[in-house]
Amino acid sequence: MAAEAPAPAQAGPSGEPNHGIRIFIPWLVLSVAADLVIWFVWGPHLPPGDMSSSASSQQFDIRVMAVMAAPVMLFVLIYFSYALIVWRHREGDEEDGPPIHGNTRIQATWITLTSVIVLGLFVFGTVQLIVPNGAGAGEGASPIWKPSGSTLQVQVIAQQWKFTYRYPQFGGFETTDLVLPVGQWVEFHVTSIDVIHSFWAYQLGVKADANPGVDNVAYTKINNAGSITVRCAELCGLWHGAMFDYGQAVSVSSFESWARSTEVRLAAVTKMLPPYATTYDPTVVAQMSKAMVAAGLTGAPGLYYPPTDPEQP
Amino acid sequence: MSLPARISLLVVAFAAVVAVGAFVVLHYLFYNPPVENYASGVTPNTGATVHVVMQEDPQNTVSSHPDWVSYFIQNPQTKAWVHTTLFQVPAGSRIDMTIYGFDGCTPLRNPVWGQVTGTIGDLEYVNGKPYHQINSWSGCNVGHTFSIPGINLNVPMATPGLIQSAKPGLCATSPCQPGDPKAVPYRVMTFSFNSPHATGVYFWQCRVPCGGGFLTGFGGPMQTIGFMTGNMDVVS
Repeated sequence: MAAEAPAPAQAGPSGEPNHGIRIFIPWLVLSVAADLVIWFVWGPHLPPGDMSSSASSQQFDIRVMAVMAAPVMLFVLIYFSYALIVWRHREGDEEDGPPIHGNTRIQATWITLTSVIVLGLFVFGTVQLIVPNGAGAGEGASPIWKPSGSTLQVQVIAQQWKFTYRYPQFGGFETTDLVLPVGQWVEFHVTSIDVIHSFWAYQLGVKADANPGVDNVAYTKINNAGSITVRCAELCGLWHGAMFDYGQAVSVSSFESWARSTEVRLAAVTKMLPPYATTYDPTVVAQMSKAMVAAGLTGAPGLYYPPTDPEQP
Repeated sequence: MSLPARISLLVVAFAAVVAVGAFVVLHYLFYNPPVENYASGVTPNTGATVHVVMQEDPQNTVSSHPDWVSYFIQNPQTKAWVHTTLFQVPAGSRIDMTIYGFDGCTPLRNPVWGQVTGTIGDLEYVNGKPYHQINSWSGCNVGHTFSIPGINLNVPMATPGLIQSAKPGLCATSPCQPGDPKAVPYRVMTFSFNSPHATGVYFWQCRVPCGGGFLTGFGGPMQTIGFMTGNMDVVS
């Protein structure tokens, strides 16, 4: 698009206005105004907010992107409008336009500017993944970027159609309630025990795929107390749309109190659970088949599906 | 046959095929099992008690999927068993549930769902005996669950294997008839919960992967309204 722009130095016939200046000045004024509005007015309200380190980092990224994108978009719109108004076809004008065979300065400027923008975004994006310890995304079982110091481990177990949360540092209890402390690094271990899901804690800026047999680790540090909306972000069956819940970020003391009391309250249930592991293989339940055979009972479809399953009918 | 007659015949035949196809598609898309109305005649938000009766069977001989496990709901007026998983209850009421469990055991994929939650006292009664939880991995104990995530309700359904070995075998014809447990073994689960004051549709499901032969055991009957999942419609 920039290559098509007439250079100010290539003014047309005598008396032709300097189109470059007439485009540049309103573009500059509007770009500065738009960027100020984006950064200072709109920016603090951009998603996903600033509830956690990863969320505020993502908000910063979006602000930077928006500030960079606004001048580009404004240039396109201003140039387009200017061309429509100034260079429109006029009644009785049958003359051809001037034969233009390229402009080295414009082409070089265009290539340089776009290269700087694209490479700058590449570097910026890479740095923004590293600095906030993975930016709240799942890094797999062996994360490259991890915070230093101690973390609170929370295992997210996805299943059709509910997330449950396991706290291995508190006896390994498992609950449907997600409660997290403010000011402490949280280490999510996201997995699934059936189909693929995706753990998306919106206000935390955390989104990690939940795949069976995979331990997907994501980090975040919560800045402010408040409510957390958790949704499944991967179509996972009939009630995928209902696979959501609400968590809470609370003070460290409140969290400790909740975790200790929940550990005690669920002690009997915890005894029923398998030992804490980063992933769970449903076929280990094969031991149950023996119990069912011993009892002489089967459901209509037979015993628990064998290791050769799952299979489609 | 004249040309107009042949054209007319062709148009009629084409229209007939389109009509049949449309009927089949629409019937498939919009078919829903009947809704059992337990809200009729009950004033909502008064704490009135409603008694809902269901059963879960090891098969479903009244449908086109006879090998699919299925719930049935009793019609509150006629007491007939209806092949459906949709029911209405009044808002702000006490719901007394009775579920007859005829099916055998299948272990829970996640044993945490052996915990009873969301009921009054976080309790269920199996043949009159109170339980806070049932371990599905330690024996042939759990057949299904009745779970309404929207109100954090989860109740594991015990199997006949919980307290006896069901030598005669399971009920083979749906809907099963509660009677002599020595002839056709079953368990009776009772529990109560309060329906929400907020009206709306609350889906319910089973958390046991009992859709045998389907992906992770959660296909087929597990994702088909009228079998192992359905809606509780809370009305005012």
